[in-house]
Amino acid sequence: MKSAPVKSLLCRNAVLIGLTATLSAAMADSPQSIPDTMAQRMLPCSACHGKEGHATQEGFFPRIAGKPAGYLYNQLDNFRTGRRAYPTMTYFVEQMSDEYLREIANYFAALDLPYAPPQTVGAPADEIARGEALVRQGDAAHGIPACTHCHGEAMTGVLPAIPGLLGLPRGYLVEQFGAWRTGQRKALAPDCMARVATMLTPADITAVATWLSSQPVAVGPAAAESIARPLPLACGSVPP
Amino acid sequence: MSRRLTWPRVLLAVAVLVALAAALVTWLNLRDEDALTGDAVAFVATPEQVARGAYLARAGNCAACHTDRGGAEFAGGKGIATPFGTVYASNLTPDAKTGIGNWSAAQFWRALHNGRSADGHLLYPAFPYPNFTEITRTDADALFAFLRSQVPVAQANRAHALRFPYNLQASLAVWRALFFSPGVYEPVVERSQQWNRGAYLVRALGHCAACHSPRNAFGATRDSLELSGGLIPLQNWYAPSLASNAEAGVADWSNADVAALLRTGFTRRGAALGPMAEVVFRSTQYLADGDVAAMTECLKSLPQVPAHAAPTPAIGSEALAHGAALYKDRCASCHGAHGEGGSGPQGIVYAPLDGNRKVLLESPANLIHIVVNGGFPPTTAGNPRPYGMPPFGPSLKDEEIALLATYVRAAWGNAAPPVSALDVLEAR
Repeated sequence: MKSAPVKSLLCRNAVLIGLTATLSAAMADSPQSIPDTMAQRMLPCSACHGKEGHATQEGFFPRIAGKPAGYLYNQLDNFRTGRRAYPTMTYFVEQMSDEYLREIANYFAALDLPYAPPQTVGAPADEIARGEALVRQGDAAHGIPACTHCHGEAMTGVLPAIPGLLGLPRGYLVEQFGAWRTGQRKALAPDCMARVATMLTPADITAVATWLSSQPVAVGPAAAESIARPLPLACGSVPP
Repeated sequence: MSRRLTWPRVLLAVAVLVALAAALVTWLNLRDEDALTGDAVAFVATPEQVARGAYLARAGNCAACHTDRGGAEFAGGKGIATPFGTVYASNLTPDAKTGIGNWSAAQFWRALHNGRSADGHLLYPAFPYPNFTEITRTDADALFAFLRSQVPVAQANRAHALRFPYNLQASLAVWRALFFSPGVYEPVVERSQQWNRGAYLVRALGHCAACHSPRNAFGATRDSLELSGGLIPLQNWYAPSLASNAEAGVADWSNADVAALLRTGFTRRGAALGPMAEVVFRSTQYLADGDVAAMTECLKSLPQVPAHAAPTPAIGSEALAHGAALYKDRCASCHGAHGEGGSGPQGIVYAPLDGNRKVLLESPANLIHIVVNGGFPPTTAGNPRPYGMPPFGPSLKDEEIALLATYVRAAWGNAAPPVSALDVLEAR
């Protein structure tokens, strides 16, 4: 009877070392030993963001592993202060100190995990082409800058606070643009992405999301160290 | 005497009764009001008053309601949902137009003590003046001094969104006549000075009864030291009884455990979660040692109100087996295969569930809330990097959460009534 829980513990949670599990099963009355790690502390995040925040291929929730720490901190703070609205996130962070939010952001930023295969496959060629054109060149006629201007030539983000956009679920990307347009998602003023979102047509948004979510991501796509300044739009959440 | 002649008399009698009732309600609403003296300009705060007021504002957790999410501190605007509609907290910054910049100390005292605003209108008891009425004038003046020292923020108060007839001042006057009487904290002479200090903090500033006391159909709490537990309106959290060792009473706790809960939000018996996490985060973690000791002495001495012992019907073995499988899969890696909890280098980090009072409460509302939403205890100086619990709402069906909760309430040494899928649906 003792071996079953030991086995399941070891299989499901690699962070628990064997000795720990054996001890806990042997001494049913005393609390089992829990690792003093951020990975253990951050288990609640994996319910939606996937194990260690690398997200899943099928879901809605964004990957957070490997995002720039400044970006992650800004988002945690946005949920805490109501600039972004998602009840579970708000509930998790509303009684957290700045120090802990920064530690959480640093923890997920430092994770270097392989990406899942692209979520979007077999999208229409013209949609892909329109999406790629917007990402790489923007739309000068409508004053829309290329995504790569800020998010990096490889679209893997720029330190310290501009996120990479590859490997995100298509539904998540589309919803973020919708949230910016309706004011449901905000960032520190001036809110550059809210401006971009209002310049894009719904067809532009789906095209960009389709292209982004159909790109395979190589292992370890680090965010760029820096990017050409000034940025095409002023962004309150990106230090000048 | 003909019937026709009696009508005027009946009407007259009704009119007289109405007038008498109105006079009574008016008198009950105005009793114990001091004449307003002094004006805003005349009030000169000492630095000691400002510092004291800052501490008291935390002890009273004013910011919890008077600061909106992401808004300026004390500028109001936060909506407090009640069964009667939404009450919006007011701007307490010293802005002359929209805040309390033109208030006198006497008007501020009247708001706390009598529940009437500077312009004379009656305040809704979502502002817990049935508790704050016992705040001393000295403390009220210190709070006023502190609030007046804040940066003025021009933010107009938002009109309450209350349904008829609750939106009428006349209805509120009747409510106050029935359920509110101004009072002062009368020290209990048989008790120590420390106990009395604790009772003052629990009853008045801490307004613990606002959540931990049962409310009647009109939203009024009973005596503010009864603290026999109450369902927090519209939040689906049950504020457990502080007067029962089977719920959240601390009569059999060590002083150190009570202090740990109030100061760090975490004890070896479990964490402050939900609304209490906010109370610890914003308020009790900042209490001085002496005040924590005082509250502890008072809370440990509360007269015990025995919790209702619910019968625990036999649970089918199939349901228990299903619940046990879910427990093993989802819970055991943290809470232990036998509900023994989990311990880090500094002690317990995941609460033991065997014998856990949160699990065993007759109302399963909190347990369901915790399983569905997960959560983190508040970060505090004593617990700066808390461990958390994942939300299982997204991955488990109502029936599964019910089976899991039923199992946890019946496993090991536990014996609490089962939880149904309907309970889960209601509490979600």
